[in-house]
Amino acid sequence: MFQRFRHITALAAAIAAVQLLTAATGKEFFLTQLTMAGYYTLVIIGLCLLMGYAGQISLGHAGFFAIGGYTSAVLTTVDLSAWKAAPAISLLAKSGILTGRADLYGGQILTVHPWAAFLCALCITIVVAFLIGVPVLKLKGHYLAMATLGFGTIIYSVVLATSRFGAADGISSVPAFPLLPGLAVTGGSSQRVANYYFAWLLVTVGMLLLINLIHSRVGRALRSIHGAEDAAGAMGVDAARYKLNTFILSAVYAAVAGVFLTHYNGGIGPSEASIMKSVRYVAIVAVGGMGSLWGTLIMSAVLNFLSLRGYFGTFDDAVFGSILIAVMLFSPEGVLKLDIRSLVGRWIRTDRKAGA
Amino acid sequence: MTLLEARSISKRFGGLQAVKDVSFSVAQGSIKAVIGPNGAGKTTLFNLLSGFIAPDSGEVLLRGMPVQDLPSHAIATRGLSRTFQHIRLFGGMSALENVMVGRHVRSRAGFMAGMLNLAWTRAEERDIRDRALDSMEFLGIGQLAHANASSLSYGQQRAVELARSLTSEPEILLLDEPAAGLNMRETADLAVLITKIRDRGITVLIVEHDMSLVMNISDEVVVLSYGEKIADNKPLAVQKDPQVVRVYLGEDEC
Ligand SMILES: Nc1ncnc2c1ncn2[C@@H]1O[C@H](COP(=O)(O)OP(=O)(O)OP(=O)(O)O)[C@@H](O)[C@H]1O
Ligand SMILES: [Mg+2]
Repeated sequence: MFQRFRHITALAAAIAAVQLLTAATGKEFFLTQLTMAGYYTLVIIGLCLLMGYAGQISLGHAGFFAIGGYTSAVLTTVDLSAWKAAPAISLLAKSGILTGRADLYGGQILTVHPWAAFLCALCITIVVAFLIGVPVLKLKGHYLAMATLGFGTIIYSVVLATSRFGAADGISSVPAFPLLPGLAVTGGSSQRVANYYFAWLLVTVGMLLLINLIHSRVGRALRSIHGAEDAAGAMGVDAARYKLNTFILSAVYAAVAGVFLTHYNGGIGPSEASIMKSVRYVAIVAVGGMGSLWGTLIMSAVLNFLSLRGYFGTFDDAVFGSILIAVMLFSPEGVLKLDIRSLVGRWIRTDRKAGA
Repeated sequence: MTLLEARSISKRFGGLQAVKDVSFSVAQGSIKAVIGPNGAGKTTLFNLLSGFIAPDSGEVLLRGMPVQDLPSHAIATRGLSRTFQHIRLFGGMSALENVMVGRHVRSRAGFMAGMLNLAWTRAEERDIRDRALDSMEFLGIGQLAHANASSLSYGQQRAVELARSLTSEPEILLLDEPAAGLNMRETADLAVLITKIRDRGITVLIVEHDMSLVMNISDEVVVLSYGEKIADNKPLAVQKDPQVVRVYLGEDEC
């Protein structure tokens, strides 16, 4: 209980220390990548709950990030002023759900307010996660990995093939996301420090909620499913429901990150939905010690920052691929809990037996 | 009053009729035993009663309600708890946490309550912990609370499993060979424990090979052989039943 708050306080202190350090050393431009790393970290701690505690893998989480980001991007950029006369549109405009603003060329456009778009994005994410989760979470181990990979592939192909989503170019000129008067999620350098703090505030709150969760009745139920699913059932734990809820929760984390990072960057492209992104998220959870929210958070902050600063150069994706292989090979401690590993292990053993 | 009832339940695995047309009932507040040679279908019967597998035909009634089509977690919620012949503890969790999971059916904090850690959630969590510790004390394993469940000895693991079930305060407790792997003294202690559990108002259905244990504590005994029920009576009557004697002493006797 108290330890929980000590850790959260330490996180808050570290966040502030990093910002002060960048200010003191004149490296404030680092804050841009640190902010982005914060949003990716939000995705990754949600995935950590799913993988480390519920024992389910998802190779499609970039898909949920993209659903959040693209929903918000489309709704806040599509111009509805041509339909202004339609009663439904004018009602929405009056209620504040639609909002007028100047576009790049000085014209006046009518789009969905970012907050309304955000709520839409969450609803769509929950519905999609539910529809995907119900059939897919019946699968185990590498079957689940492949099914979620399939989901990720579908989302990627859809955004790449749809002109409404900007196809290969993605969507740009996404407006700022107003939070408070004078504070908005936007890439402008005047708001750089505030945005850094906002992103990491989300991470801190997200982290606190997850830590509370894993120390609760639900967290215990999740670990019991992970430990012995049939025995958990005998104790009254509805494993299917718990897995589904966890899947939806982690999808929501990804979507929230997707929405805000899209507004921060002023746009989103198909690479955010790519399989490599999903693999990267899984790799970071694995290297963070599978089932360790704090380990995952630290690895995520560091690796994402290095990657975004371009330290890995053209090997960027290869670095994360290698990390994944290395963890699978050399760090059974962290990875043992993962079902795929034990399945692969069993598979190898039966192969040997068959060969003998 | 009948608490649990099986009505002509059958289960076939491929060519093997593991349970065939078995009917019996368990009276509330009693201890009933299921005995039979290896492979007689005792564990399969337990799996059918607890919702782990669905019967091919027949009904299972818990307090008169048909439950044969319900999944195991739903049956657990209705007050049936079980232990396993092959111990099934949650690895990577402490003994206490294992036992706390037993309280799942009698607590309610969900995802939202858990994430927000509300005052009532914390109170509920304390209550779960206290009751789990009580169960462990009751079984004399209070000192193991913080040990890692998978590091415990066989007998200790059995006790943790039993504590886990007890913490749910079930109406009926199904024990699958609880004395397996215990020495004579531990078995005698277990007999005392089971009667104590019954005295708490929990009905007990037990599968056991240890005849002295079964005959001492049971009110009634069901005998299975090759999936079929061949006797269902008081312990003394069962011991004298010629068919039961034949099954236990071997066919070549007659
Ligand atoms: N899931 C299953 N699939 C196929 N056959 C099974 C399955 N479960 C049990 N059996 C078979 O059904 C028969 C009855 O098994 P069961 O485990 O119920 O016997 P038991 O009376 O509990 O025996 P024991 O005293 O050894 O525990 C056995 O022949 C067993 O091999
Ligand atoms: Mg058995």
